[in-house]
Amino acid sequence: MELFTEGDPIADTKAPDGPIETRWDRHRFESKLVNPANRRKMSVIVVGTGLAGGSAAATLAEQGYQVKSYCYQDSPRRAHSIAAQGGINAAKNYRNDGDSVHRLFYDTVKGGDFRSRESNVHRLAEVSVNIIDQCVAQGVPFAREYGGLLDTRSFGGAQVQRTFYARGQTGQQLLLGAYQALERQIGLGNVEMNARHEMLELILVDGRARGIVVRDMVTGEITTEFADAVVLASGGYGNVFYLSTNAKGCNVTATWRAHRKGAYFANPCYTQIHPTCIPVSGDHQSKLTLMSESLRNDGRVWVPKAKGDDRNPKDIPEDERDYYLERIYPAFGNLVPRDIASRAAKAVCDQGRGVGPGGLGVYLDFADAIGRLGRKAVEAKYGNLFEMYERITGEDPYEVPMRIYPAVHYTMGGLWVDYDLQSTIPGLFVIGEANFSDHGANRLGASALMQGLADGYFVLPNTVANYLSAGPFEKVDSSHPAAVEARQDVEDRLQRLLSINGDRTVDSFHRELGQIMWEHCGMERTDAGLRKAIDEIRALREQFWQRVRVLGDGEGLNQSLEKAGRVADFFELAELMCIDALHREESCGGHFRAEHQTEDGEAQRDDERFSYVAAWEFTATGEPSVLHKEDLQFEYVHPTQRSYK
Amino acid sequence: MNLTLRIWRQTGPEDKGRMVSYQVDDVSPDMSFLEMLDVLNERLILAGEDPVAFDHDCREGICGMCGMMINGMAHGPQRGTTACQLHMRQFKDGDTIDIEPWRAQAFPVIKDLVVNRGAFDKIIAAGGYITAPTGSAPEAHATPVAKADADAAFEAAACIGCGACVAACPNGSGMLFTAAKITQLSLMPQGQPERYTRVIGMVDAHDEAGFGGCTNAGECTVACPKGIPLNTIGRLNRDFLTANAKAAGKPGS
Repeated sequence: MELFTEGDPIADTKAPDGPIETRWDRHRFESKLVNPANRRKMSVIVVGTGLAGGSAAATLAEQGYQVKSYCYQDSPRRAHSIAAQGGINAAKNYRNDGDSVHRLFYDTVKGGDFRSRESNVHRLAEVSVNIIDQCVAQGVPFAREYGGLLDTRSFGGAQVQRTFYARGQTGQQLLLGAYQALERQIGLGNVEMNARHEMLELILVDGRARGIVVRDMVTGEITTEFADAVVLASGGYGNVFYLSTNAKGCNVTATWRAHRKGAYFANPCYTQIHPTCIPVSGDHQSKLTLMSESLRNDGRVWVPKAKGDDRNPKDIPEDERDYYLERIYPAFGNLVPRDIASRAAKAVCDQGRGVGPGGLGVYLDFADAIGRLGRKAVEAKYGNLFEMYERITGEDPYEVPMRIYPAVHYTMGGLWVDYDLQSTIPGLFVIGEANFSDHGANRLGASALMQGLADGYFVLPNTVANYLSAGPFEKVDSSHPAAVEARQDVEDRLQRLLSINGDRTVDSFHRELGQIMWEHCGMERTDAGLRKAIDEIRALREQFWQRVRVLGDGEGLNQSLEKAGRVADFFELAELMCIDALHREESCGGHFRAEHQTEDGEAQRDDERFSYVAAWEFTATGEPSVLHKEDLQFEYVHPTQRSYK
Repeated sequence: MNLTLRIWRQTGPEDKGRMVSYQVDDVSPDMSFLEMLDVLNERLILAGEDPVAFDHDCREGICGMCGMMINGMAHGPQRGTTACQLHMRQFKDGDTIDIEPWRAQAFPVIKDLVVNRGAFDKIIAAGGYITAPTGSAPEAHATPVAKADADAAFEAAACIGCGACVAACPNGSGMLFTAAKITQLSLMPQGQPERYTRVIGMVDAHDEAGFGGCTNAGECTVACPKGIPLNTIGRLNRDFLTANAKAAGKPGS
């Protein structure tokens, strides 16, 4: 059976033409508005309360719309944006080091290995400066210089210092800013907040997204909720690998359910493997912990020159160490983009020069920085990260170099959206990591926070108005046939999971799925490996539906049932990821096909054949998806082989 | 190592609840505390027993979702550490470990170790913010903030809202949580216009949610995984007295 078929290309992305600097301004002017009195009559559902969802819900409520917000955690403040450590990029040029909106735009398109849409990326760079203003006004305690002005630092893929930060807790502080703005609107009665609620289905009426089916995770009650537009801000799907730096609850269900109802899924194979994570310590491992990329500002990455050198790192003299990033990439050194740093780590470990248990690790050494700056200065910059490392590994990184290894961290793919961040389903908007829009095949460090807040504060609230100007739409309630059917589908699926009562736990399936994905759809992919993975995933999915054991019932808190539903959707996504990776016969960014590399092992793109976004249309479970191509045009940043040497 | 766990089991809010003993063998010292509970739960599921419900998400000590009393201590014996970051090398072979939910009037138990901490959100909604609607912000460098103030604000802002302070407090008070936010915002120039209505709104919401009063026992700051200092409560008290003297009223009044 063929794995996919090809359909019509995507004709219109709604991206304006003309000079790129004026596109967003003109687009906003040409978009329709909704007058304040009419906004009160219209409602928007926002799923997810991270940087994108939290900021969008707060902003839409400030504008006067009725907002209903949902999150699976017990409070909107806990969304996984909170765990972002390093920082947020903005083209403020406070350092006078040559930064500009155009440079941030350029770096992001290049960093994404020329697989993103120029218009979107330029807009992102433009609004980046407003984000910093907004967050400072909210009281976000960014790091400051002695003169009271904001401090910045460097991040991978850039030669300017444009990353704003709040120690190693930037995501937390930005999220709390958005959360507090959201709580203010909740207190004012403008947002109805539903924590511990999980979206399990999308409701379409006359082809428009008009509502969702949610499960109250405390009572088990399933309800249908309606609005004039639905916004998904439900994050990425890195947990398809089981082990990732994502929170345990992160899942693909909201976007996957929307995909099954007609929203195209774009570039699912673009996965970011972060180079600096704490290595796996055993079979019990439930998740992986990131050590911020900011550590690469001062830490030097190395492995022994000799294979199997298991001496204490302190006993290995300088000339027997290989600072391989500095050696191979002298221009960027330890600050090469993530995809390159990860692959380089894998390469040295594959050569048998890895360190720590199983040889799956490299050193990140701060001895030089401590010598140069003093322990106190290093502690002020990275203290909380060093403490975290010590708690997890039992080793003191002030004394012994850290051991790090790449881990799944972020997914650049997501639901396809046009310039308005609207999916292929009218009225369904997708923001933040859940969409595919801005990072191409590789995201630069400190750009996820930027994109989440750009979408939520500044982009979506403008573009959703253009859509709602045609509303309010016909009133829908729970008796509408589309709502009854969607709700019944959810109940049937939950009942099916509960009734199997097999002999394996949900986690055991999830782990096995994750191993297949890591092995064949991780840092390096091959034609044969991906084909094997597709077969294995299908076989395992069948086993899952026959052998999974979910105890209890749907009434009340049932964490196994929640997990089972999410893993079921991961199985379907995993297959599409492998098909996407298989069809893209080139290497680009986070997608590295072993068959397509330069002589010195760098990713080799094929712009002739693959300069497009792959947007997949769902047909039926196990049936071939339909590929729709969005051709990518580069008018401003001309594709070249990325070089960080 | 081999451990005996005594875990609070409670099927729902109406159930009285009880401690139940479980034996867990072959625990690796490199496991986190929650990974040890994962191992127990996998075994319970295969034996047809209801797994232990507990809240957790990021497992990196930052989301604030996890939280349990471990041997009577909020988040367990290691200072400055959430339950998810606590590793089994802190225990030894043969130990018996008691695991219970947060116990406080304002945090009713939902199931087993899972409690409802929605009261914290209500405190924030009652004033724990700076009113700055999107788009209205001035240029970020228009208002410098002295580094010392910014650093002190950051220290208070590190609160993760886990509720350990409440669970550790003999009065079940949420004053350290409330004071942390008050301190952060009142140290920033941007937070000055709403400084006194904020403290009235938040303290009223705190009291209405069923938290107890603060008697300076200081258990909260010891239990806090982020080391929020006790002097934040002094700052709150000072602002609260000033606000009353000014007859500030609640936000929006």
